[in-house]
Amino acid sequence: MSFRASRSALPGFALTMGITLTWLSLIVVLPLALLVLRPWTLGVAGVWHSIAEPRVLAALRLSFGAAVLAAAVNVPFGLLVAWVMLRYRFPGRNLADSLIDMPLALPTAVAGIALTALFAPKGWIGILLMPLDIKVAYTPLGILVALVFVGLPFVVRTLEPVLMDLPLEAEEAAATLGASRAQTLRRVVLPALVPALLAGFAAALARGIGEYGSVIFIAGNMPMISEIAPLLIVIRLEQLDYAGAAALALVMLLASFGILLLLNWLQWRMARRPS
Amino acid sequence: MSHFTLTRRAIIGATGGLLAAAGRAVAAQTTLLNVSYDPTRELYREVNPAFSTAWREKTGEGITINQSHGGSGDQARAVLEGLQADVVTLALAADIDALARRGVVATDWQKRLPDNATPCTSTIVFLVRAGNPKGVRDWPDLLKPDVAVITPNPKTSGGARWNFLAALAWAQRQPGATEASAEDFMRRLFRQVPVLDTGARGATNSFVQRGLGDVFLAWENEAWLARRQFGPDAYAIVYPSFSILAEPPVSVVDRVVDRKGSRAAATAYLEFLYTRQAQAIIAKHYYRPRDPDVLGQYAERYPTMPMATIQDFGGWDTAQAGYFADGGMFDRIFTPGR
Repeated sequence: MSFRASRSALPGFALTMGITLTWLSLIVVLPLALLVLRPWTLGVAGVWHSIAEPRVLAALRLSFGAAVLAAAVNVPFGLLVAWVMLRYRFPGRNLADSLIDMPLALPTAVAGIALTALFAPKGWIGILLMPLDIKVAYTPLGILVALVFVGLPFVVRTLEPVLMDLPLEAEEAAATLGASRAQTLRRVVLPALVPALLAGFAAALARGIGEYGSVIFIAGNMPMISEIAPLLIVIRLEQLDYAGAAALALVMLLASFGILLLLNWLQWRMARRPS
Repeated sequence: MSHFTLTRRAIIGATGGLLAAAGRAVAAQTTLLNVSYDPTRELYREVNPAFSTAWREKTGEGITINQSHGGSGDQARAVLEGLQADVVTLALAADIDALARRGVVATDWQKRLPDNATPCTSTIVFLVRAGNPKGVRDWPDLLKPDVAVITPNPKTSGGARWNFLAALAWAQRQPGATEASAEDFMRRLFRQVPVLDTGARGATNSFVQRGLGDVFLAWENEAWLARRQFGPDAYAIVYPSFSILAEPPVSVVDRVVDRKGSRAAATAYLEFLYTRQAQAIIAKHYYRPRDPDVLGQYAERYPTMPMATIQDFGGWDTAQAGYFADGGMFDRIFTPGR
């Protein structure tokens, strides 16, 4: 076998590889394979019919659109947060740093209920937005707020190691060569960060597409307006429409996979590009 | 909640078992699981001990009833997927029909007990804020531009399906009404709905805790419960000119009781719901009892109005397919241009 050709200096390749493959198959491939197989009891036309409904398309558009938007919001703000956390020393920095992980640790339902209480017409923020005629809770805007909340740590934590490795010397060299601060940022710092920014965007996006717990509390869940695709899956399950639920899940799976593949490819291309 | 009760009961049961074993041989303790929908928590918490006592008097054996609550459709799905329910007491017959279609419950389940296997009924009423500031009296008032209506999603909530059918039944009975005009009424009604919760309790929270909406379409018993809990100063109940006879049915789960050998006890439990004693408890919790004497006793609590029944819609199978299935009326009223 050709595995032998690339024999590593480290022992235990066969054993660890075997465990890895078994583990991946059990935890990832098997459930996904079931998902891929399940919808076809409806027949190809049935699957198509159950996905091409306007209500389903609207939910998919909302889920993917809001996730893209939320990830896009999180990239600049996440960069700012990561930058401040790494480049400056200030009192309470450790506290602020651990706060960033809160959206990861908090049960999503708790986050959703808290955000709803805040943004509902009677809530602290909702009551301030009322005179401006801005409604957040129970609108697609509320979905965006929830997704920004859950996505932030993914961007910050992806950027931090890369920022940390960014040689300060490069910035100093740029400065001595006469670059202005803006030029240094635009020509030296940001290009080095692009692959990490993309990776953070991808992670936040992936989280946003599948997010359920925090969104259903704040969304309003109106068909065609604020109903996310994962909620439609749950609704179909409750109607005992397992195949229909799996069909919708399969579409989400394929679309998410495609998007992540594209983002990874972009990232790979940029990392390879000579600087 | 249900888990807590289950665990606590299990511990009590286990302790009791040990004590009994330490004493002398005692007949095995039977345990039944009643899988029910959301708003019946308080009702069965009172019915269960009453049945336990009655069962002990009759047979000399102890019996424990555990209860589990959730959205009606969700609970049916849990039973279908293996939750070991001895009896199901759900919000609508369609959910038990779904179990019957898959062989979990006998197909003639609705004929095994009196009154279509529904020991009590309820109806759909309007819960409004104190003093009824928007002047909501009847169904057409719900379409006033400044009135926001709270109802859960009929795809997931049993209560919401009764809400939907009650509104539709009213619209169908207006002079000169057609199918198109009734559907148009439903479309305009749901334009007044700012949020669709998935279950009845979630919708109650939106209305009560979040202060959302002016009218809450609610089970009669939920409306009375909210009024009792928060006082008549906080909410008022409005009885519309026309509503629907909501029949929450009960059944033994054949697949489970045959395996466990608990059919006799499970059947006795459901029959107990029809006794004078249980009917009084049912009335106390603002459901409408079947027993005419008990009903008469509490008559002032149950205003009468003309009501549609599910049979007017051709039964649940027809209603389900026509209104709530994918592509049904509920989907249509949210889809523009069709």
